[in-house]
Amino acid sequence: MNEIPRPQPAPPNSLRNGPDQRGRFGAFGGRFVAETLMPLVLDLEAAYENARRDPAFRTELDDLLTHYVGRPSPLWHASRLSAALGGARIYFKRDELNHTGAHKINNCLGQILLARRMGKTRIIAETGAGQHGVATATVCALFGLPCTVYMGTTDIERQKPNVFRMKLLGAEVSPVSAGAGTLKDAMNEALRDWVANVRNTYYLIGTVAGPHPYPMLVRDFQSVIGEEAKAQLRQAEGRLPDVAVACIGGGSNAMGLFHPFLDDPSVRLIGVEAAGKGLDSGLTAASLSRGRPGVLHGNRTYLLQDDEGQIQEAHSISAGLDYPGIGPEHSWLHDLGRVEYVAATDEEALAAFQLCTRTEGIIPALEPAHALAHVAKIAPAMQKDRIILMNLCGRGDKDIFTVAEHLGVTL
Amino acid sequence: MSRIAARFAALRRAGRGALIPFLEAFDPDRETSAALLAGLPAAGADLIEIGVPFTDPMADGPIIQAAGRRALRAGASLRGALAMVRQFRTADPETPVILMGYLNPILSYGPEPFARDAAASGVDGLIVVDLPAEESDLLAPFATRFGLDIIRLVAPTTDDQRLPKVLEGSSGFVYYVSITGITGTKSATVAELSANIPRLRRFTQLPIAVGFGVKTPAQAAEVVSIADAAVVASSLIATLAASLDEKGHPLPGTVARVLADVAALAHSVRGARAAA
Repeated sequence: MNEIPRPQPAPPNSLRNGPDQRGRFGAFGGRFVAETLMPLVLDLEAAYENARRDPAFRTELDDLLTHYVGRPSPLWHASRLSAALGGARIYFKRDELNHTGAHKINNCLGQILLARRMGKTRIIAETGAGQHGVATATVCALFGLPCTVYMGTTDIERQKPNVFRMKLLGAEVSPVSAGAGTLKDAMNEALRDWVANVRNTYYLIGTVAGPHPYPMLVRDFQSVIGEEAKAQLRQAEGRLPDVAVACIGGGSNAMGLFHPFLDDPSVRLIGVEAAGKGLDSGLTAASLSRGRPGVLHGNRTYLLQDDEGQIQEAHSISAGLDYPGIGPEHSWLHDLGRVEYVAATDEEALAAFQLCTRTEGIIPALEPAHALAHVAKIAPAMQKDRIILMNLCGRGDKDIFTVAEHLGVTL
Repeated sequence: MSRIAARFAALRRAGRGALIPFLEAFDPDRETSAALLAGLPAAGADLIEIGVPFTDPMADGPIIQAAGRRALRAGASLRGALAMVRQFRTADPETPVILMGYLNPILSYGPEPFARDAAASGVDGLIVVDLPAEESDLLAPFATRFGLDIIRLVAPTTDDQRLPKVLEGSSGFVYYVSITGITGTKSATVAELSANIPRLRRFTQLPIAVGFGVKTPAQAAEVVSIADAAVVASSLIATLAASLDEKGHPLPGTVARVLADVAALAHSVRGARAAA
């Protein structure tokens, strides 16, 4: 398959029709921002509606995805891993082979084209693991736009290679020391910057969260993952997968994989949150398993919060999953029961990281290592003719220092 | 007539603008915060805004962020803020009190029980930063039922086409965010206010308060020569913060220093139109 598949229009009763006019997925989503930002959020919605009806926009994006990112990304039958687990046939959707090493670039290219259409001259972004920051810095270099990336001080410490990459690409990395110095705090600071610079600045959000239309447009730009995988698996196996699995922080790679399968009831969809030290340890990032609905960062969704509605700090070994919320469409799919949401601990992710590296010769990022940890739990009990599709959404080069530390190795 | 409407009517008769000081509930602790609140009317506060601390105050600059952190460490909560207002009301039945904060603690409390308890505690109005007109139906019906004013923010980015939508359903007064930015940073110029406040008046009969970036007595006087009220927050909280010991605990002079600032602002605001 060399062509990038175009998204298929959804039928009337489809689960793919959200969000509604108010940017809601059921009770979730919406536009909970200060009035200063509201006109801007409405402008963005109009600009996106206009862009997605414009064939020239799609053509330019497809060209970039093909020649700059290297799409379609391969579908890999992980046969040694499948044999080692002794059950289902496991396929990896290899978005870690994209330019910049993760799925984040799919969304960044879509949004930078939007920013250019809107006449914005400065880009800001938040980042956790640094993958979105690197992807944003990359597209800003490509389009010649100045870029400021907000990143928590804890994350700067544990993702040093990505910090350096961003700086090499010409971005300013602005450290955020508030709170635990992680993704939530970076997002607060990016929103403050945006409010202060609304007229010239485009906020390039990295996940399927934030005020409408961000959850929708990030999902649309990431759905290329699932569209491709569906076509590739049809070619390889002549059928749909039995199970599709992806890790979830905010949930952009998972939404990109799941969305094209939402109307295929035979496909079990499983999202894997970061349990951290354990779901009931108090050190977790599993917003659906341990949170309840609330409003943060522009949308209503499941959040880790205390009895007074104060937001709690998340914990995960993976900086990319270390966030106390989740995209609103996931909250809706959770309540509907269409997607199952489970969790994997830091330890389970580390074990899966090593398993993947040794059986397949692929060093995964710690984020998809969480997805793989769940695959390792369910694959052995499945028949050998069953198919699991997993999104290997990022490569692990950035994580080798963290992993070394946990394995007691000094580099 | 609500306390807010009554106060603005009285000020109009007196021919002067209003001073609205803002302090964060429980900053730096419950006792000091309650003492400040109790002292504000005598120091010259015409209306009072009380900030409800939230872990993620996205519209606030470093000074109010730090106030929120001190308050949360001291055990602040929405429930605690309501209790403070109840205590304040036993001594002061007249000065309007407005709660300003973020939506999530209200959702967690439950919008309906919150509106009921806020009204019963003596709160007069609500400013919810991350609840724009488009999402207002989550709270507005309950606020209306219990007689609480919904005070909407209007920003420099709110154009003439959008203004009617924002003003529809607002009551009490209109809060003009004078800059595009977070609290306690930039200040609007007199020229900007002179252009924007009359623009707003074409759309509403409600009194207009100006906040964000109003720091000094002179700035507050300029604001009330154009608008109906000046909200001063970060500069008062900076005085409060500077009066604490290195662990963030109050010293004997803390309350007096903050109230002295309020008195200086009030003096300037009261003299503004006479001087003009």
